[in-house]
Order: sequence, then C-alpha cells, then structure tokens
Amino acid sequence: MSLTIRSNSFRHGIHPDDHKEQTAELRIERVPFVATYVLPLSQNLGAPSQSIVRKGEAVRRGQKIARPGGYVSTALHSPVTGTVRAIEPRRHPDGRMLESIVIDADPYDPQLLPDQPPIDWESLTIDEFVTHVQEAGLVGMGGAAFPSHVKYKLPDGKKIETLVVNGCECEPFLTADHRLMVEEAARVVRGSEILAAKIGATKTVIGVEKNKPDGVKALQKVIGDRTDIEVAPLRVKYPQGAEKMLIKALFDLEVPSGKLPLDVGVIVNNVATMAAIADYFDHGIPLIERIVTVSGPGTGQPANLLVPIGTPIRALLSHCEAITEHMREVIAGGPMMGLPLMSIDVPVLKGTSGLLVFTKAEQSRLPEFTCVKCSRCLEACPAFLNPSRFGRLAHAERWDEIEEYFVMDCIECGSCTYTCPSNIPIVQLIRVAKSAIRKKNRKK
Amino acid sequence: MNDVLLSAAIMGGLATLFGVILAVAYKFLRVYEDPRLEPLVDMLPGTNCGACGSPGCRAFAESLIGGESAPSGCTVSSPENVDRVAGFLGVEAGARVKIVARLHCAGGRAQAKQIAEYEGFTSCRAAAVVGSGGKGCPWGCLGLADCDVACDFDAIRMNSNGLPVVDPDLCTACGDCVEACPRDIFELVPMTMPLLVQCASPLAGEDATNLCTVACDACGRCAMDADDGLIVMDNNLPVIEYARTDLAAPNATFRCPTGAIQWVPDGQFEGTVEG
Repeated sequence: MSLTIRSNSFRHGIHPDDHKEQTAELRIERVPFVATYVLPLSQNLGAPSQSIVRKGEAVRRGQKIARPGGYVSTALHSPVTGTVRAIEPRRHPDGRMLESIVIDADPYDPQLLPDQPPIDWESLTIDEFVTHVQEAGLVGMGGAAFPSHVKYKLPDGKKIETLVVNGCECEPFLTADHRLMVEEAARVVRGSEILAAKIGATKTVIGVEKNKPDGVKALQKVIGDRTDIEVAPLRVKYPQGAEKMLIKALFDLEVPSGKLPLDVGVIVNNVATMAAIADYFDHGIPLIERIVTVSGPGTGQPANLLVPIGTPIRALLSHCEAITEHMREVIAGGPMMGLPLMSIDVPVLKGTSGLLVFTKAEQSRLPEFTCVKCSRCLEACPAFLNPSRFGRLAHAERWDEIEEYFVMDCIECGSCTYTCPSNIPIVQLIRVAKSAIRKKNRKK
Repeated sequence: MNDVLLSAAIMGGLATLFGVILAVAYKFLRVYEDPRLEPLVDMLPGTNCGACGSPGCRAFAESLIGGESAPSGCTVSSPENVDRVAGFLGVEAGARVKIVARLHCAGGRAQAKQIAEYEGFTSCRAAAVVGSGGKGCPWGCLGLADCDVACDFDAIRMNSNGLPVVDPDLCTACGDCVEACPRDIFELVPMTMPLLVQCASPLAGEDATNLCTVACDACGRCAMDADDGLIVMDNNLPVIEYARTDLAAPNATFRCPTGAIQWVPDGQFEGTVEG
C-alpha cells in the first residue's frame, strides 16, 4: 500500500497571526563564540546522558563528552574546543538545577572541525545505523527533543512505507526551519535520502506550509524530477507541525489514540533533524549546533542564528539587542508551546528552536471567568478532545474521570487556551492533570 | 366478588412466596456483622482521612475488632477518645506517638531569592509544570498554598512570609499535604523529635546560600556536634534518625551558620501562626 498525498489540511485547529515577517528574510548567521558553554546532561526526553569527561580535561570541538544513559537517551558532544571547567548542577531552561558539563572555550583555538571521512552508511545494518544515530546525539529538533534513533528502531513486523519530513513550522514567529529549507535544501534532501534508504521507505514527502513559497521552491529545485521524494505544500494552519495532524493533512489518515505514526507505516521527522543526519553521515559532524530564531517585539535585531548547543541564552539575547529595560518575558520555543524561562542564564539545548522576547505591551494577564460553554475549544482541538471538560475536571482534581476522557491524547498545542473567551488556562490545567495521572500510575 | 377474592389470593400467595424466599435467603446468605461495629464506627471521628492506613473509619473499626490494629492508630481522635475506644473493646490503647506534617523549607519571600515573576494560574502544581515558578531555589516551597487547600482539618495556614505553617494541635498526619506538594517537601515526623531540618536543597556552600539565606550549605557541623547515630549527612543534607529521641539535644543547632536546622521543643515555632 502506498499512501497517496491529498495535500489538504487537517480538521479543527486555529489561525494565529504568524508574525514571521521579522525574520523570514534574514539569512542564517553564525554567532561569535563565547567564553563558557553549559551542557546539561538532560537534553532529550527520556534518561539523561552520562558524563565521560573529568574536570580539567581538554576537549575538542565535536568530541563526545557524555554517553547515552539508557536506550531512550543520546550522546552529547562538546560544541567547542576548550577545557572542562566543572561538572556541577546548573540551571536548566525548565527551572531546575541539573547536572551539567561546563566548558571554557579556548580563546586561541580557531574552532575548526576536524575533517572526517564520510560514514559508509549504505553497508550498515539497521541496528548499526540506529546506534550511529544515537551516538551522533540526534534528537527531534522541532522542540520536543525526542531521541531520533528510538523512532528508527522498528518493532518486529512493522514496516515503514513513507518518510514524512516536517517543514511546517506552524508556530508563530519561528523561522529557523524555514531558513534552513531555503538556504540548506540540499542537506535536508540528502538527510531524507539516507534515512529513507535505511528504514526502507519507498516514498518521502516533505510537508511545507504555503506561507514558505521560497522554501518549497528551494526544495523542489534540489529534488528536480525525482519521483521518490516530493514536496507537499499545505494550507496554513496551527498545529500542522504535530505529527498526527501532519499525517492527517497529507494523507487523510488518522493515527489511532495511543498508537504511533509507525503503526500506520509512517515516520515523521523535522527538517533540521534531516540536515543533522546528512552532516553526520557525510561529514562526521555530530549534533553540536542548531539554528535558533531570536525574535519577538522586544528584540532590537531579530535574527536566525547558527548557535553552538550550550551557548548561554543571555549571550544570544545581547547579540540581538534584546536585553533592555522593556524585556518582560522570554520564551524558549514558539509562543504556543514554548517554555517561559525563569532565568536567561540558561543554555540553548538541542531542542531550543527559538527565543522570543516580549515586553510589557504584549502582556495581558486577564482575569479568569467561568466556562460559558461556548465550545470554541472543542472546535479548535485538533485531537477532537473536550478541553472544556478537562478544565473543569482538573479544577476539581478528578483525575480518574479526566483520564477516562483521554486527556493523555492531548498534544498540548494550546489551541483551546488561545480561543477561550473566559481566559481559562486550559493547557496548564491539562499539564497539571497529566502529571497527577502519571504520579498516580507510577504508584500502582 | 370472585375477582376480588382471586386477586387477594394471588397477591397473598405472592407475598407468602417472597416471604419464604427472603426467609431462606436470610438463613443462608446472611453476613455476620459484629454488633460492636456500629457503635465503634460512631465513636471514631468519621473523617475518613486515611491516616491510620485503612481506607476509611469503618475499615479501621473492622481492623480494630479483628485485633489487627490498636486504637491509638487513629491519629485524629483525642487521647480521651482513644481510651474510650480501648475501654469499649477491652484492649490496650497502644503506644501513641503524635505525628505531624513538617515542611522541609524555611525559605519564605524574605529568605529565598525570587528570580522571576510567576503570573499564571495560582497553584503550586500548575507553577511546577511551567518553568518551576519564580523562586530561584527549585527544591523549596513554591508558596502558592496547594497544601493549605488540600488540608481538610484547617491545620495549614499560609503566613505573611508565603510559607505554610502547620498547627500541630490540628494536624492529624493524614498525609494529604505530602501528596499535594509538587516539591515533595512535607514529611510526617514524630512530635517527640524536636530537631527539624528546614531545607531540601542538595547544593553545598555558596551555591546553596546564594539561592536562599536559610539554606543548608552542607557544612556538616550539626552531624559532628550531635551524638553519634542521630544525624547523618546524605546528599548534602542532614538526615535525622527520628527514632533516636534519646539522643536529641539542641547542641546540634548551635553552630548552624544559616539556621537550616532548628530545635523546636514545644512543637510549635514561635510566633509563626497568624490569622
């Protein structure tokens, strides 16, 4: 069975203003190296990595400094040549103090990557390929930072027909993936090619929203008249970049509740992850840097930056002239699903796709009212859940009941909160409920 | 006339039939219930708090009759009531150790550095799921009163410093606050131990005190000064052996540079309960 592209869109969802004009035309620029890099061992979903370097040890750029701490975990590499200053708890973007490797960059080193021969990926077995991906430190770079190799290790009896490459970037403000597609389309296509060959996918579809026509054009130019890989322009809608929504939009195919895309023969990957695969297998470069969009009304010089992982966010914000007396709130990621930062003295992680700076003018903490049962959240919910009910049940702490309403299927896209006229913090309540349910299930 | 008699006969017959079924069912399906159970349930507080370990007061009464637990297991009852239950059942009341919930944090607004403003939904659990609230210390009290809301006995009040204060007289050690706290810094401790560690930060030295003025900086002086076996340092925090009340002495607190370990002889902090 080969999936046919319908290239439409999914049902429900919302249309927030995309605000991408600030950075959509700006070329990716490399940020200058800074003095100190902080690499938390918890960079990916799942288990933290385990440090394999010691204090005082000299490290090279691209050298492995931590090994995977389990199956759902990845390796970590030094983004700079320098010395390990310490391995100690440092503040993580999520607010906690977590074990991190602190590296002082060598100011006299040219910070060049050693020339590595390409890896002969064609002769690797799938298990070796998966191990390589894990050792390269690859994670889903759209924001969730899920270790990529876990997706590629298929359970017995499962077959992948289609590789979907996710270039939707449906979050407002962010243009990191957009610029990558425009400037580095060849790398994206090359990575997709390698991955599709290894997982046995016969067809590759790159889903791109129509508000990035230059991205579509750049990819099409690289692809030429090949038939195994195709670009599918999609109607602009949020949250199209969510795996299940994207599959629905492309093939009109629904991934059942509690199942994964691979259960319908599809794997979804971000464009930046594809480029990282190409870098690793063609040039031996592990995941040590990524593109970060610095934008938002509080930013003096918005930019798309190529940033070594571990760079302090304060350095990026001052590079973009965002640290002013008007700076009020900084969000790591997009405005819909991103994480509000409690401190800007935290590092860029593998999953940090953007930094958005807002001022007092954009802030609106409106009073919360009772649910008026307008059902706008139901019409917005792309997972066809009942957010209004979640809100009320979470307020009442009725965790068992809320679980029966499939709260675990919620992708936390924030569409419900966006549409709510009563300003109910529905997603936050859902997150509280989810963490309570996980706590409860752990006890059992 | 016949119709009337017939219907009366049918109804009477049915009544007799069901009566017989009920009589038989009573004979064979009857569940024996101890006659002491009902009055015993009435004697218990009826709060169904679960502090005794049973799912409710009735289940606790059953385990009392079965001899599986002692009347003192009910921490909500007053000592007089425990004695009354013991007298009613003719058993020993059992050793009664008053247990209360204590907060392992003293970093209120005045002590713990605030590095951001949290403006979301007012609840500790909600703050914990989005970027850990605004306090610099990620182990300390968030101060948004989830424990106060969770407490059924009104034993927890938030003071003006933004910290919950437990009233030991009202606390029944039901464990609801322990459950509610997303930072897991409430612990049920016996009142017989007057030493109390009021910090949960695993950092040491200046790293700890930079975040909060009353943090434990892991100097270990309390463990050195106390008698052997009372305090051990674990994960940069002193851990008190609550069972060794015989060793408890205030000298462990004398050299504490930050006041993270406290000596609370009469069960209550001075002047901390307000409003």
